[in-house]
Amino acid sequence: MIIKQISIFVENSSGRLADVTALLAAAGINLRALSIADTADFGILRMVVDQPEAALKLLREAGFTARETDVVGVEVPDHPGALARLTALFRDEGVNIEYLYASLEHSSDRAVIVLKVDAVDSALAMLARNGVVTIPGF
Amino acid sequence: MPIWNRDAECASDEARRALQLTRLQQAVERVYTRVPFYRDKLDRAGLDPDSITCLADIAKLPFTTKDELRQTYPYGLLACDRSDLVEIHTSSGTTGTPVVGAYTESDLELWSEVMARTLSMAGCVKGDTVQNGYGYGLFTGGLGVHHGARKIGANILPISSGNTRRQLMVMRDFGTTLLTCTPSYSLYLAEAAVQEGIDLRELPLRAGCFGAEPWSENMRVEIEAKLGISAHDIYGLTELIGPGVAAECEHKNGQHFNEDYFYPEIIDPATGEVLPDGHKGELVITSLKREGTPLLRYRTRDITYLMREPCACGRTTVRIHRLLGRTDDLMIIRGVNCFPSQIENVLMRIEGTQPHYQIVIDRGATHLDEIEVQVEVEEAVFSDLTSVMESLRRRIHDELKSELGISAHIKLVEPRSIARSEGKAKRIIDRRSL
Repeated sequence: MIIKQISIFVENSSGRLADVTALLAAAGINLRALSIADTADFGILRMVVDQPEAALKLLREAGFTARETDVVGVEVPDHPGALARLTALFRDEGVNIEYLYASLEHSSDRAVIVLKVDAVDSALAMLARNGVVTIPGF
Repeated sequence: MPIWNRDAECASDEARRALQLTRLQQAVERVYTRVPFYRDKLDRAGLDPDSITCLADIAKLPFTTKDELRQTYPYGLLACDRSDLVEIHTSSGTTGTPVVGAYTESDLELWSEVMARTLSMAGCVKGDTVQNGYGYGLFTGGLGVHHGARKIGANILPISSGNTRRQLMVMRDFGTTLLTCTPSYSLYLAEAAVQEGIDLRELPLRAGCFGAEPWSENMRVEIEAKLGISAHDIYGLTELIGPGVAAECEHKNGQHFNEDYFYPEIIDPATGEVLPDGHKGELVITSLKREGTPLLRYRTRDITYLMREPCACGRTTVRIHRLLGRTDDLMIIRGVNCFPSQIENVLMRIEGTQPHYQIVIDRGATHLDEIEVQVEVEEAVFSDLTSVMESLRRRIHDELKSELGISAHIKLVEPRSIARSEGKAKRIIDRRSL
């Protein structure tokens, strides 16, 4: 399953993350996984939320540059070697991982890895073939 | 301080005005008979050389604009035979077709004279060692200073611009007494000297002539303290001769205008009407004795006013106040001229980076001009990958660099973060406090 990640352009200035999170909180949107890629001048906030369309609309109305990005969510057991096995599958399939981040809060013994890849359809097919569970959302 | 040409620089008002009138009549006669561009212009205005019977008649003459200089590139305004030319200079051409200044032997003599006056105002005499850090080449700065220092008989170090370590070595080893370069470069040299363990204040260096870019009184204080010298502002433009049009004496209360060669007027830039002394407006200059490329009422777009009160130095020439701005939005960054519209053109070629941008000019820790171009990131160019955003930044940087020759810091900013104003957007924030 494809998950709709929300990507937001944020300047590196104090309080910007607070602005985004306050906006989502006020609308009752729950953040499930989150990462920030930062450069000297700006950052890109990537997040998975429970109501992506509502979040996107809200952010755009508030003047943020935001867009939806297709990502894959994979559940892996929370023990050593789990991520190594997963990334090896991508390598063998020739699918590039552009970035990934993890969320541990989904359940006690499983971790969720959010992956952005360069070929989402082949990634999904490959994961299904290998019996890796992809989640429809959080 | 020496006065290079007491007869000319300390002349009585009457004597000067008589000389100006004679020279103005000759200048109008010269362009009318030798330059078709001016003959047409004067004919259309119903004027001929006989129309000038007193100095006030100059106000009847049509203006000359920079656009007209470009339209007549390269030789369209030549008022002498090509075979009489001995030197040609041009502007850098970063803002369009270059502006051409062509010099006959007599023009070079004129240039040497006004530059000798300029350098003398900073105390330069025979026996001085002049380190000329202005660029030698088509740019007027290098050779202008060179000709003037030759005339005085000073010892010239024609080192040209750049190569900071070598500048410092030469300055120390050859005992430079007078430095000529851009004001920002003088401060850059001072910083570099500290790193090299050289204290400029302990060297024989005692004065500097600085121009080719706008600077402030605060900057003068800093230059004088860090280099241990007297810092003089000099004014000129390629269109008229290069440096040598006006310069500050030791009293630094406005720049003495070499008005026996360049006739200054201040006009209301909107109506073209001549304003009285002391009123702020656009500086308009007429060449009184140029042979190669004389200009009638050239609109400099520089804003200043005329100061007619006597100066304690004894010179009687009118002074212009330190430049107060421009009538257009020209920016001079590290001596390079550019307009915001040129930056806009580059941004327009890059999809999604229009229309909101802002230019911030500052002098950073290095004292050199730094330019930051802030560009709002629209959704069309936004990517969740930092590599894509960084390559957008690099692309804007590289295109600006190849177009303008300026290396700008490109800052991507959020939409609507650049202040909108009613009507004309505020495109430039100049923090150099000029």
